[in-house]
Amino acid sequence: MSADPALIWAYLTQGPLLWLTATLAAYALGTTVFRLSRGQSWANPVLIAVVLLGLLLTATGTPYATYFEGAQFVHFLLGPATVCLALPMHDNLPRMRAAALPILAGLAAGSLVAVASALAIARAFGLGGEVMASLAPKSTTAPVAIGIAERLGGQPTLTAVLVLTTGIFGAMVVTPLFNALGFRDWRARGLAVGTAAHGIGTARALQVNPTAGAFAGIGMGLNAVLTAILAPLILRLFG
Amino acid sequence: MVPALVTILTFQLIGEVISRGLNLPLPGPVVGLVLLLGAMRLRPGLAGWLRPVGQGMLAHLSLFFVPAGVGIVAHLPLLREHGLALLAAIGGSTVLALVAGAGAFTLVARWTGQEDER
Repeated sequence: MSADPALIWAYLTQGPLLWLTATLAAYALGTTVFRLSRGQSWANPVLIAVVLLGLLLTATGTPYATYFEGAQFVHFLLGPATVCLALPMHDNLPRMRAAALPILAGLAAGSLVAVASALAIARAFGLGGEVMASLAPKSTTAPVAIGIAERLGGQPTLTAVLVLTTGIFGAMVVTPLFNALGFRDWRARGLAVGTAAHGIGTARALQVNPTAGAFAGIGMGLNAVLTAILAPLILRLFG
Repeated sequence: MVPALVTILTFQLIGEVISRGLNLPLPGPVVGLVLLLGAMRLRPGLAGWLRPVGQGMLAHLSLFFVPAGVGIVAHLPLLREHGLALLAAIGGSTVLALVAGAGAFTLVARWTGQEDER
């Protein structure tokens, strides 16, 4: 006697197993493509996994809330992994202390340009208040960005999407961009990508070079504070 | 592995309590990161002890962003309407911010004689 496939599907959609497995499988496929492409930037594992899962959710008519019930276990690990960024920072502490001034300069320039140029381009396209407020903190790590956007009158869920898009774009573009422009200092490359593209940029930096990874972690952490201060001021200039 | 995991989660927990308790602009995990960095300065053995688990987690850092990224499907109508403008703003500002950040770092490192010893 064979069971009705619809019943099996109904059972699977009630538990976290299906979407947890799908998330891990999509990411595993993404990393395989990344490896087969020999680490090409366009083969970003996050982008590949997000596209695959997005298509799967659309094809099966599964609401995002149902998906997230399974995927939340993966999402949860973002917190402890952020704490673990203390490790590469600890290893690079002497170099970071020696480079305190360049770090502050890179951070200030990157943070200011990220917010101001995003708002200027959005204004040129005629985007309005709520979208502008959601866009302003997009270079910071997701939980901070959402907090900032809420205070500015933006939409938290839209902010999350813009933050993720920024991270994926930054991670894809950083290596070819800096190679083309001839930036060879791993500290500068790391700090810039952590400042402009938060955790996803930091994850990319860790793949490329441990020093870049440590400086990216610093850029991400410090930019979370700086953007909380800068974003409201710059947004007022566009108000 | 379990004791290391407990340590990492405890730092996150303390960070979360401090962040919420003091209404800081920093999220709990970032406060936990700063606290762990301080603890590793005080107890040099801690870094080596946490390393196997910590490195394992960092190796898969980008995996942990996938569930939030899939949230894009919930915003398709808005993205259809403003997608081009938002992509231009994100793409343009990210390239400019990367160049500004790395450029300012490199310039100041040169002025202050802190160029990297490679």
